[in-house]
Amino acid sequence: MDGPMVKAEEVHKRFGRLEVLKGISLEVQPGEVMCLLGPSGSGKTTFIRCINHLEKINSGRLWVDGELVGYRQAVDKLYELSDSVICRKRAEIGMVFQRFNLFGHMTALENVVEAPIRVKRIPKDRAVASAKDLLTRVGLSDKVDSYPAQLSGGQQQRVAIARALAMSPKLMLFDEPTSALDPELVGEVLDAMRALANDGMTMVVVTHEIGFAREVADSVVFMDGGVAVESGKPGDVLVNPQHERTKQFLAKIL
Amino acid sequence: MSTNKRFGWSVVRHYLTAPQILHGLVETIELTITSMAIGIAFGTILAVMRLSPNPLVAGASWVYIWFFRGTPVLVQILFWFNIAALYPRFAIGIPLGPQVGHVNLTSLITPFIAGMLALGLNEAAYMAEIVRAGIISVDEGQSEAASALGMTRLLTMRRIVLPQAMRVIIPPTGNETISMLKTSSLVAVIAVPELLYSAQIIYARTYQTIQLLIVASIWYLILTSILSVGQAYLERHFGRGTSRQTRESIFERWRRNLFAFHQDLS
Repeated sequence: MDGPMVKAEEVHKRFGRLEVLKGISLEVQPGEVMCLLGPSGSGKTTFIRCINHLEKINSGRLWVDGELVGYRQAVDKLYELSDSVICRKRAEIGMVFQRFNLFGHMTALENVVEAPIRVKRIPKDRAVASAKDLLTRVGLSDKVDSYPAQLSGGQQQRVAIARALAMSPKLMLFDEPTSALDPELVGEVLDAMRALANDGMTMVVVTHEIGFAREVADSVVFMDGGVAVESGKPGDVLVNPQHERTKQFLAKIL
Repeated sequence: MSTNKRFGWSVVRHYLTAPQILHGLVETIELTITSMAIGIAFGTILAVMRLSPNPLVAGASWVYIWFFRGTPVLVQILFWFNIAALYPRFAIGIPLGPQVGHVNLTSLITPFIAGMLALGLNEAAYMAEIVRAGIISVDEGQSEAASALGMTRLLTMRRIVLPQAMRVIIPPTGNETISMLKTSSLVAVIAVPELLYSAQIIYARTYQTIQLLIVASIWYLILTSILSVGQAYLERHFGRGTSRQTRESIFERWRRNLFAFHQDLS
């Protein structure tokens, strides 16, 4: 694999008259961990939701693994892909949400095996075996039969990570994975993500955890008002920011 | 009440298990089950259609609900009973192409079929709204998570949204079933020999009107009581995963409450 895993070129997104993304361009290489930082409303979450086409972009181009997201190009026109093709491509991208979104009527194990069995049509016994494996990897081997309501926030988020990994994604998207957690539960989720990064997973992480970004990220993008203000190595952007806006934000958050 | 001879409790006891009444009872149960099945199945389809992003699909569902909720069910029963007057022969074929076959509607639409269709199609309009309320009660994050895992809209609906909507759907559906059991007595007007009509046939002959109405009422009460217990079990099944507490059976809960009640007394 040579090309970038994610490539964005002048991505614009509007909600009605409000322009949330005003031309985002960036590249994420295979195996890279990129952290998106920035104040609320800067468009970070909207941008990663565009990557798996949960939001449709209004203009620009967005590729995942060399393929246009949500559209196919014929001559110079774009056509939206059919629902089933979009679903097949989404299945290759894992996503972890701020509010976990575990399926409430299913146990931890059922949450993890659902998509492998129903979408990838993996035989049940194999799906269950690898799901138990994944739950053990995130430290939840004893919570296999618990319902989400019986788990703490941190445990729920780790189940959500296992659920996304069960589809063997080539890219993982994290949308503020620790923002809804009690402070003492943040560490266990970050540990799981750190382990994943060390395994070489390509990750795009929207986060407010500057410590995590500094330690784990290969690159950091600071977003504000729908544009990528500053990007580069965490050692540069976080330690020695060039833009006034980045300096203000970091001063407030550190 | 028990000393008033005119109630004729011995007559009530005699007819309570009379073959004609029991036959009517079976007919009522069949009518309730089949028309609720039509109502729930078709109502669910209508609810999913109404939430479709396609305005044509959503509009068709809206028109259906508007029509069937907007006309009396008694009128609909009479309408289906007389449908053969509109289309005595119902041809099945490819539009503008060869005719494959035809059915004789006059003989196909028996009073029972007419009653079942009328009650079922009318119920679908009400069930559609109940199912829709259930669907929109499920957090949007659930279908987003399903989408992100590559599940299609229909698969998400079937596996993720509807099972969780059940918790909201079941109580009013239990209500509808109980209501249907009683509304099914309306088909007495098209001479379907269900519970009420069977009682009517007997008292038209014996003039023991009150006694036979009591017989019918007793059976209706027994059936609705059984349905209430069934509903409690269904609610317990679909409520799984919503509480932190381990679940106890309905019997266990009754026993616990009874025990607590005894303690209060002592």
